[in-house]
Amino acid sequence: MLRARIVLGLYIVFLLLPIYWLVNMSLKTNTEIVTSLTLWPHKLTFENYTKIFTDPSWYSGYLNSLKYVALNTVLSIALALPAAYAFSRFRFVGDKHLFFWLLSNRMAPPAVFALPFFNLYSAIGLFDTPLAVALAHCLFNVPLAVWILEGFMSGVPREIDETAYLDGYSFPHFFVKIFTPLVASGIGVTAFFCFMFSWVELLLARTLTSVDAKPIAATMTRTVSAAGMDWGLLAAAGVLTILPGALVIWFVRNYIAKGFALGRV
Amino acid sequence: MARIDLQNLGHSYTPNPKGPDDYALKPMTHVWEQGGAYALLGPSGCGKTTLLNIISGLLTPSEGRVLFDGKDVTTLPTEARNIAQVFQFPVVYDTMTVYENLAFPLRNRGLRGAAVDARVKEIAGLLDLTPDLNRRGRGLTADAKQKISLGRGLVRPDVAAILFDEPLTVIDPHLKWELRSKLKALHRALDLTMIYVTHDQTEALTFADKVVVMHDGRVVQIGRPDELFARPAHVFVGHFIGSPGMNVLPAEVAGRAARVGGHVIPLGRGYPPLNGGEKIEIGVRPEFATLAPAGAGGVPVRVKRVDDLGRVRIAKVELSGLPMAATVPEALNVVGEDASLMFDPAMVHVYVNGSLVEGEAA
Amino acid sequence: MDKPVNQGAWLLVLPVLLIVAFSAIVPLMTVVNYSVQDTFGNNQFFWNGIGWYQELLDPSTDLGGRFFDALWRNLLFSFLILAIEVPLGIAVALSMPREGWRVAATLVILALPLLIPWNVVGTIWQIFAREDIGLLGWVVNHLGIPYNYTADPLSAWVTIVVMDVWHWTSLVALLCYAGLRSIPDAFYQAARIDGASRWAIFRNIQLPKMHRVLLIAVLLRFMDSFMIYTEPFVVTGGGPGNSTTFVSIDLVKLALGQFDLGKAAALSIVYNLVILAVCWVFYTVMTRMDSGRN
Repeated sequence: MLRARIVLGLYIVFLLLPIYWLVNMSLKTNTEIVTSLTLWPHKLTFENYTKIFTDPSWYSGYLNSLKYVALNTVLSIALALPAAYAFSRFRFVGDKHLFFWLLSNRMAPPAVFALPFFNLYSAIGLFDTPLAVALAHCLFNVPLAVWILEGFMSGVPREIDETAYLDGYSFPHFFVKIFTPLVASGIGVTAFFCFMFSWVELLLARTLTSVDAKPIAATMTRTVSAAGMDWGLLAAAGVLTILPGALVIWFVRNYIAKGFALGRV
Repeated sequence: MARIDLQNLGHSYTPNPKGPDDYALKPMTHVWEQGGAYALLGPSGCGKTTLLNIISGLLTPSEGRVLFDGKDVTTLPTEARNIAQVFQFPVVYDTMTVYENLAFPLRNRGLRGAAVDARVKEIAGLLDLTPDLNRRGRGLTADAKQKISLGRGLVRPDVAAILFDEPLTVIDPHLKWELRSKLKALHRALDLTMIYVTHDQTEALTFADKVVVMHDGRVVQIGRPDELFARPAHVFVGHFIGSPGMNVLPAEVAGRAARVGGHVIPLGRGYPPLNGGEKIEIGVRPEFATLAPAGAGGVPVRVKRVDDLGRVRIAKVELSGLPMAATVPEALNVVGEDASLMFDPAMVHVYVNGSLVEGEAA
Repeated sequence: MDKPVNQGAWLLVLPVLLIVAFSAIVPLMTVVNYSVQDTFGNNQFFWNGIGWYQELLDPSTDLGGRFFDALWRNLLFSFLILAIEVPLGIAVALSMPREGWRVAATLVILALPLLIPWNVVGTIWQIFAREDIGLLGWVVNHLGIPYNYTADPLSAWVTIVVMDVWHWTSLVALLCYAGLRSIPDAFYQAARIDGASRWAIFRNIQLPKMHRVLLIAVLLRFMDSFMIYTEPFVVTGGGPGNSTTFVSIDLVKLALGQFDLGKAAALSIVYNLVILAVCWVFYTVMTRMDSGRN
């Protein structure tokens, strides 16, 4: 018991240390950062955060990122729901191969797609839009969504479908009104993972955007000014990218804990 | 061997229990005789698993004592007690063979070589597992796994009592009977105390010599299956045992008669006047309430429907508006709604606030 | 459960198929197309056949040499992080609480590194490991150990490996934890009654149950570490020199930096094939180990 506490304790310290350091830096002035190494800000300042919240070139980065992440999540789930249903309920020609091929796209290195996507989305005129990034991320998120949803859907007994048909529901009606609420927790888990993978991915997001839809990552690379690297600003920007993830996981923590308890993860 | 004593044993999951509602197990004193086959019967949540876990040592009770052959084991950990427990989920170590599974408890306690081998083979023989000894744990059927779980308990020479926590839940229905018979045979062959927890009355009544019925954390009645059937000590026992369960009707009782909805029902024993303030009821099983043609004496009732259950026909009737179930004799053809109900006075019991009240013999 | 055959189900799958095909096949064709051509700019293309591939797979050429160096770096990196993250992940999973408020709290903290955009992960470690402004860099150097990831390849490697361990061990831990939690209490209780030691419980109950999730975790971590780009790029940019230039970094440099389309395309194809091949080998070995136990 004690050994478990020690191992876990050390690991948690290991995880939190760099994050604490980032927060620490974000609350310092650049002068303080470069002059001495202090464990907490001797001159506490919020100017880094203020700069980000008031400068459109900064906060638009966040907004752009959120835009394509949300778009991608909605798209992925909407597309995956019927497909997952098909995989879960029916056999059809090529179903196993199709499922496998879908999953195999997860094994493709994003680096390989950087150039082709660049050409492709420029060619269809979607370059530098959130939609482009959302669609690009679909390549990886849709198979994931289908995989997760199929698992949850297989847990819903077939009898429910049959009863609905006997009761005279048309397929779309049944799917939306009856089936979807039953897999609500599955949709929640899928949405979480889609959000996560889209929010953290950077190579494609940066490749497919330049000015209008520039995500926060790209903005963060231009913190070099005449006075050298603006560390405080960079740190603050970093902290603000951790927030959405932290908030999301904080709000769903009990669902996830329950999911582990059910042994169904 | 083991005679198990429970003294004022109670358990509450809250640290400072204030009233009976805080107790999962209300304080009880009870003896489990050595070598007995007991069933612990009750609905979900009545506390039977809590009680079982206290006896096996997986749970320490918040008050009271547990004694094994007079020795206080209340705080003794499970591994130090001479008990084995079979759980709802078959526990089999997948990566080991059946032989290694059975040998596991012995090896953990330091036995080696020939002693282990002899014991494992003996138990495997008892459980018809000998042909499977070299198969891996993974991939066996649920009933084989439960036999292995049981075997791991039997293989220890020091085991005095075996506790079963709804062990047949995951077994296929047609195999349940086989396993049950096996357990009964084992009980006769080995002199072990067996305590079998279940919510299924068929299992309880066929397995046990004595049935302990629990309800809401309390032991409500202990007795042989036939006693439970004929004289339920509590309205709950009447409901729970028997299918359909006992009829329970609010009544006024005085002398040798009960009045229900204006009708008089003769009783087998005499009672002081019971009414006012307390909940008075009479209970009679459908088996002892027989339907007769209207006007044949007995209590007039209205017949709502008749169900043919194969071995017997049960009628759903209403006595002054109160629903009841009654037996329909072979010869009787029930026509229309009106009929009369004949009671066997000896089998009509009186309950005050749910508990049986003994009357005076004539 | 027997599923009925219904070819009409293709309609339901069609949208997904279209979008993934569009996203995967069209670029793939583009890449294959580029890989067999040469360009001198001006959108003029000349057939080059398997020329790029030959150059790529020949270690004596500049392109081939770079490729094989990068490939070895990737293999070494994946090996290192797997060797650390798998045991560490298992150890953490075994230490995680199973009930009470601590469960949710631990889950939140463990999940944090997984939810940080990868470039920020790089930034965090870029700062943290510096000697002048980073806690880690400062402490290590003041302990007398020379540590500078911008100048010294060993330091750079250590930084990147530690960063990946920080970033992804939680994934292994969480997957193993899921496997552990699926073990019914009855198993632990029965093991107690059987008198099993902690080690016996681990070997006979916990490890077998975690087997499947461990397989997934190892496969995922291997794949992702082999494809890694952003985090090391932010910290070292592939340097010092090219000591931390992984295949993906090289590829992006070729494709988007130098616009050397033909070479980049050939590299992409070969890279993809290598991943598929190694994954397949991994998968076969692990499932054979799995069935070998049977």
